[in-house]
Amino acid sequence: MRLAELRNQEREMQQFQLRLGIAALAVLAAFGILAARFFYLQVIQHSVYQAKAEENRISIVPVSPNRGLILDRNGLVIARNYSGYTLEIFPRRVADMERTIDELAELVDIQPRDRVRFRKLVAETRNAENLPIRNRLSDEEAARFAANRYRFEGVEIKARLFRQYPYAEVGSHVTGYMGRVDQSDHGRMEEDGSFANYRGTDYIGKAGVEASYENELHGTTGFEQIEIDAAGRGIRALSRTPSQPGNNVTLTLDMRLQQVAEIAFGERRGALVAVEPSSGGVLALVSKPGFDPNLFVDGIDPQDWADLNNNIDKPLNNRAISGTYPPGSTFKPFMALAALQLGKRTPRSTIHDPGYFEFGGRRFRDSKAGGHGVVDLYKSIVVSSDTFYYQLANDMGIDAIAGFMKHFGFGARTGIDLQNEALGVLPSPEWKMARFRRPEQQKWYAGETISIGIGQGYNAFTPVQLAQAMAALSGGGALYRPRLVAHIDNARSGERRYFEPELMHQIPVRAEHVEFVKQAMAGVMKEGTAARSFASATYSSGGKTGTAQVIAMKQNEKYDEKKVDERLRDHSLFIAFAPLASPRIALAVIVENGGFGARTAAPIARTVLDYFLLGKVPAGMKQATAEDEAAEKQESD
Amino acid sequence: MELALLPPLRRIGTRLAEGIDLTLLVLILILSMLGLAALFSATYETPARVLNQLMNLGFAFAAMWLVAQVPPQTLMRFALPAYAIGIVLLIAVALFGDVINGARRWLHVGLTRFQPSEMMKLALPLMLAWYFHKNESTLRLRNFAVAALLLVVPVALIVRQPDLGTAALVAAVGFCVIFFAGISWRVLGLLGGLGLAALPLAWSMMHDYQRRRILTLIDPTQDPLGAGYHIIQSTIAVGSGGPWGKGWLNGTQSHLEFIPERHTDFIFAVFSEEFGLIGNLALLTLYALLIARGLMIAGTAATVFARLLAASISLMFFTYAFVNMGMVSGILPVVGVPLPFLSYGGTALLTLFIGAGILMSVQRHRQLVQS
Repeated sequence: MRLAELRNQEREMQQFQLRLGIAALAVLAAFGILAARFFYLQVIQHSVYQAKAEENRISIVPVSPNRGLILDRNGLVIARNYSGYTLEIFPRRVADMERTIDELAELVDIQPRDRVRFRKLVAETRNAENLPIRNRLSDEEAARFAANRYRFEGVEIKARLFRQYPYAEVGSHVTGYMGRVDQSDHGRMEEDGSFANYRGTDYIGKAGVEASYENELHGTTGFEQIEIDAAGRGIRALSRTPSQPGNNVTLTLDMRLQQVAEIAFGERRGALVAVEPSSGGVLALVSKPGFDPNLFVDGIDPQDWADLNNNIDKPLNNRAISGTYPPGSTFKPFMALAALQLGKRTPRSTIHDPGYFEFGGRRFRDSKAGGHGVVDLYKSIVVSSDTFYYQLANDMGIDAIAGFMKHFGFGARTGIDLQNEALGVLPSPEWKMARFRRPEQQKWYAGETISIGIGQGYNAFTPVQLAQAMAALSGGGALYRPRLVAHIDNARSGERRYFEPELMHQIPVRAEHVEFVKQAMAGVMKEGTAARSFASATYSSGGKTGTAQVIAMKQNEKYDEKKVDERLRDHSLFIAFAPLASPRIALAVIVENGGFGARTAAPIARTVLDYFLLGKVPAGMKQATAEDEAAEKQESD
Repeated sequence: MELALLPPLRRIGTRLAEGIDLTLLVLILILSMLGLAALFSATYETPARVLNQLMNLGFAFAAMWLVAQVPPQTLMRFALPAYAIGIVLLIAVALFGDVINGARRWLHVGLTRFQPSEMMKLALPLMLAWYFHKNESTLRLRNFAVAALLLVVPVALIVRQPDLGTAALVAAVGFCVIFFAGISWRVLGLLGGLGLAALPLAWSMMHDYQRRRILTLIDPTQDPLGAGYHIIQSTIAVGSGGPWGKGWLNGTQSHLEFIPERHTDFIFAVFSEEFGLIGNLALLTLYALLIARGLMIAGTAATVFARLLAASISLMFFTYAFVNMGMVSGILPVVGVPLPFLSYGGTALLTLFIGAGILMSVQRHRQLVQS
């Protein structure tokens, strides 16, 4: 036994030694290949490579392209470039960074925040060639540094183009912002092969149109071949492949309308999306609060960044496309259309509204105590009867509701040309099954269908979804993809590419049903819940108010605004279109914690429609634009 | 007076030298000196790099000395914990790691960042050697399957980061252990065949930039400003070095900044340009001697654990050197593998020196333990 084990071990040892020998041979063979390769490169091909190394006195320097402009539909410039001096440090060539910066501070103004930003850049960028310590030097500072340049090895002054947004905070969520090319951008560039095109480019679109049309705006980097001496200094330029400037992007957005809408919002939080029903072109897209994209232009200051990120109002969050809200009563016109289309109601069918709907021993309360009396379909929209829609939802069932609403794009990304669009939720038994884990949560209860009828419950749509659906309804069922860009122009050749309207879906609805719902929505403006906000309007329009609960009320508890914390108050919603016959604009407004829809959201819609249809400028706007123009002039002087 | 001081000094000297294998030590010292020389030339604008590297070397030497004092059976106790921690950290990286240069490899630990995949280079061979040692007397095919699984899990996690270079290294080292443990030639042939058959699948799963690196290897001129740039420039550096080299500090390719990453992964281009074919052959000889010494240590090791570990670490040195020089001279794709003992960088040095320390420990304790 013991002997066998010993013999076994001996055999194993021999095996191992054999394998060691094989490994040694493999190592020798591999090194032999390397030696042969070296011999080939360094002896046989030596003269070839020596010549190449000589030629390699030519250095290739990237020439970064001018970024394309962003313009509104009337040619107003939203984003442009201006050139300025930056002071850049080549970290590899600087021995004592802190001392160098201290000495620089004697010549140019370097604030502690500049140092903080620079240190952050050094930490974030591995193997960086050059990093800016100060941007936008004044001419005087540039001259002072130039005179002392000899003292600073590894510090250079460069003329660069910077992005500028004349409208600052207005339309910031459409424009987006730029930021330094970071590691995640590098990764993406390696993936899609655009890395070479970004040599010499420091800033890249991070959000909004700046990001979603980055490929159009950036342009093609050019290259300059420069002969250099043995020390690496440039002697003369040999050839130059010019850069191709980026394309100019013209939006469907009307910047004046955008301004009007933002002024109408004032300090309130919320979102507004206005589209052209016949094309899906976005006329205005507001998300409040916004931010000043100019802050990001030369690398945002860490303090500003922290302020924006830690702000409770989340100014960087684009509520118009990524905020989701229950639609509240703005859902009712769509429910009414569904009822007509599916034959669940006729224009003549009436109910009696006692102020509640009873189901399974539970009372679903109407917002009006005592109810609206006898209610037909027209009146149900005009006075916004909850009881009518509780009953209707119960009669239709959740599958029919979800099936019909899907046509309008609820709960699906609209495909607007901006990043980070949210999905929203169009509830259905299938959705609930996928959303929840535990079986008792996965089951769909009939009672849940009832609140869906008035736009409460699991319903959660983005403002852009609501606007898209409003546009489709007002346009007779043509569902267009909302988009921000009208056309793109090649700055050099003048070639223009139009973005054709994209009809996503023709919703199967009968024209007379649509007409009925539109008339009822016109009734809302004339004699219904929005009559006060639209008093003496000289154009025809249709609309619907909505109020979305932020907190759930107990069954018999009365909602009392004064008792509720400001941030838990109801959201105010409004959807509208105008003119009635052939609508040119459809919009959705949501004011967070704005209370009843008629109170805050409807007046905003009124201001926007007044400007769009009548050119009526709200108070406070004229001055603002005059100031803008004055400031603009000053800058260009 | 002075004479009286000598004996204690000598005693301290002997104590310090205990467990240090002189052959390995001398070879590593020469390699490190060559590395410093090349580094000085590559980064002569920033002398701080050389000082940094000296500190890294000092630190790594200390670690090597410490590890050399630890007998292999004590090392064995670290196998399972080191491997388990390594796996947990790799998963943590996948979940919360920092992204640098587009890859998620780093983990924040207090003030410093840490790359768990580096740790796997030693933890995996430790684990596998320990596993085979445990099952020494009853080795079956099933054990090899388990070993393969132990290898695949960390490698897959590293591939996902994505870090093909490190994944290839870890896989190679792990494979060596399995090979030396005596996997049958039949199974090996079968696996090789399967591997070849799976190549198209691997190709289809690769990232675009990884494919491009392989394509640029075939024709670097396709993309002279992008991925091909590294290969073109480093090949020119090697080729223009000629038989005798341009002389120390006289390389034009490196000094005119044509070579990217020239102090880390591409330091061989600098070395090769300045010291020529002669230098390259000397370097190859040094590595060959180092590996040979390691294999000899493995051949006389006392236990299964010790011999598997020693053999695989020796071949780890080989893989590093071969992959790096192959990449710089344009016969292997560009992957992030440093040149052992020459490239700048503390983490890689630490791994290599600890590896050398393990070899020394195995050598010192070859007769002490009889299984």
